[in-house]
Amino acid sequence: MKNNNEVLLEVNNLKVEFGGKKNKFVAVKGVSFNVYKGETFGLVGESGSGKTTIGRAIMRINEAAEGEIKFKGKKINGKISKELDREVTEKIQMIFQDPMASLNERAKVDYIVSEGIYNLKKFKDEADRKAKVEKALTDVGLLPEFASRFPHEFSGGQRQRIGIARVLIMEPELVVADEPISALDVSIRAQVLNILSHLQKERGLTYIFVAHDLSVVRFITDRIAVIHKGKIVELAESEKLFENPLHPYTRALISAVPQPDPIAERNKVIEIYDPSCHNYDVDKPEWVKIEEDHYILANKEEIIKYKEILESKV
Amino acid sequence: MNNKKNNEVVLSVSDLSIKFELRGRSLKAIRHISLDLYKGESLAIVGESGSGKSVFTKSFMGLLDSNGWIDTGSINYKGTDLAKFKNNKDWLKYRGGEIAMIFQDPMTALNPLKKIGHQVQEAIELHQNIKGDAAKKLTIEILNDVGIPMPEKRYEQYPHEFSGGMRQRVVIATAMACKPNVLICDEPTTALDVTIQAQILDLLKGMQKKYNLTVVFITHDLGVVANVADRIAVMYAGDIVEVGMAEEIFYNPQHPYTWALLSSLPQLGTKGEDLYSIAGTPPSLYKEIVGDAFAPRNPRALKIDYIKTPPYFEISETHKAKTWLLHPDAPQIEVPDVIRRLHEHFGGNR
Repeated sequence: MKNNNEVLLEVNNLKVEFGGKKNKFVAVKGVSFNVYKGETFGLVGESGSGKTTIGRAIMRINEAAEGEIKFKGKKINGKISKELDREVTEKIQMIFQDPMASLNERAKVDYIVSEGIYNLKKFKDEADRKAKVEKALTDVGLLPEFASRFPHEFSGGQRQRIGIARVLIMEPELVVADEPISALDVSIRAQVLNILSHLQKERGLTYIFVAHDLSVVRFITDRIAVIHKGKIVELAESEKLFENPLHPYTRALISAVPQPDPIAERNKVIEIYDPSCHNYDVDKPEWVKIEEDHYILANKEEIIKYKEILESKV
Repeated sequence: MNNKKNNEVVLSVSDLSIKFELRGRSLKAIRHISLDLYKGESLAIVGESGSGKSVFTKSFMGLLDSNGWIDTGSINYKGTDLAKFKNNKDWLKYRGGEIAMIFQDPMTALNPLKKIGHQVQEAIELHQNIKGDAAKKLTIEILNDVGIPMPEKRYEQYPHEFSGGMRQRVVIATAMACKPNVLICDEPTTALDVTIQAQILDLLKGMQKKYNLTVVFITHDLGVVANVADRIAVMYAGDIVEVGMAEEIFYNPQHPYTWALLSSLPQLGTKGEDLYSIAGTPPSLYKEIVGDAFAPRNPRALKIDYIKTPPYFEISETHKAKTWLLHPDAPQIEVPDVIRRLHEHFGGNR
């Protein structure tokens, strides 16, 4: 995945605002990153950090106030042509967090899964549509006869698979998965993660994985961006980030994740992030490359400090 | 921690069965559980949704839904059998004052129309017989105790002015205001962020030490369990299939279901490979379960697992598991790779 450097999605200086003129709230500010074809890119942060907002801006659910989002080199935010709009609707799809809330209770699975292709008329005739629904359901490990049932007849894990099936039927290239497993039971999480990674291997899908659970993110992603208060503070290859977390916020986040190991848990020290540890009054922070595949938001003084930490570890 | 012997039993459950009536059919949610709770310990109950972990602990407080009842067995607390209680009046003496509970979602556990201070004070006035200014003073002390900054100001505020973590602190304050002996925490941090989760867990552990509380944690997050539990009970289909000290469960698990639970942790996965996932679904509780309830999902199941329910086999004084694999005549079965890896990964180098 790494040696393939074809950029699928480019986010440049993204800013998203909420509220009117009087009480404007800037949820995301100055966010830039690239997502390469075939990789899984993790967006990690706490509630309110803006991770979901970034995902939604890519989906064009939230409008970008500034900056641009490019998909395959074409700008997709703001005013775009009808053809491009159609292409983006088809090629970028989203998996939602809560499978209990994201499926229409009154529609049969058949309709839920077909809704996307109905909208874009992506089928020849009724038989073709049925075949497509069947294929999408079997691809996620469900039985074709489930199509005639209603969502309430399914368990949480099965519902999330229906959510994945309706994404697959569109034959997307980029999938934004917003906390796809956090509402599921432990034993079901593994199943859904496995399905996601199989589909990626078979179809060369690219994922943007939005999550707060770092232990899951480490397992599934190739690169991770850590977001704090609407800004990316650190971006690195997943393993590098866990081995050498540099930004104090990343360190706090990693230290807070409980590990399934009682002795280590008893002895662990939790780092607490205090934004006042940065002295940004004069020396303003910049987005810099600190080592190969590892970027960080830091000022000049901090860059020197971080470089020393990295060198001492070699 | 490891003082099972010299420790007094606070609550003793024996042969407890709980049934529910659902659409004319009866469902057995808890199947003959026996378990002792020791003074000052923290016990974690883990299991999938639907394993009965919440129902089990709700029965200690008389909070079963109206279509559920205790079918057999007893819950002994200070010489009284709580299982015999018929009406709410009996329960009022125990609920809160002796056994208190913290729920998962702090958003719904508080009354949005009442000031925070009044909600905590209400508990004090009801349980400690202190009224007026003295109660207010104590409320502010408790708010301070659970780590709420500027308690005098916060006393006058409403739940919507609090963040999720702060709200959960208020819920804990309300529970502590009753001066309970046993505190049941039902997924206390599931709705919170990781960094806040760590703080709330620390707070609960602090409270436990300070007041020598007995705490029961209900959770499905094995990371949280490793952080808080002295002892762990693993539940499956309404029964406790394995119970032991935290180290015993994590470093030397015996029941195939415990193996499966641990194996499906993403922390133990290898990148690029499939994560272990448990095949099938839990058994229907409407039917009588024959043999080992986990057998149909267990690739290593023995013949006898389908015929006869295994008894507890003791591994140590504190550790026992319900699996035929521990029978002296059982064939030697290889522990799954992942479990061995967990052992090397975490426990092996100590």
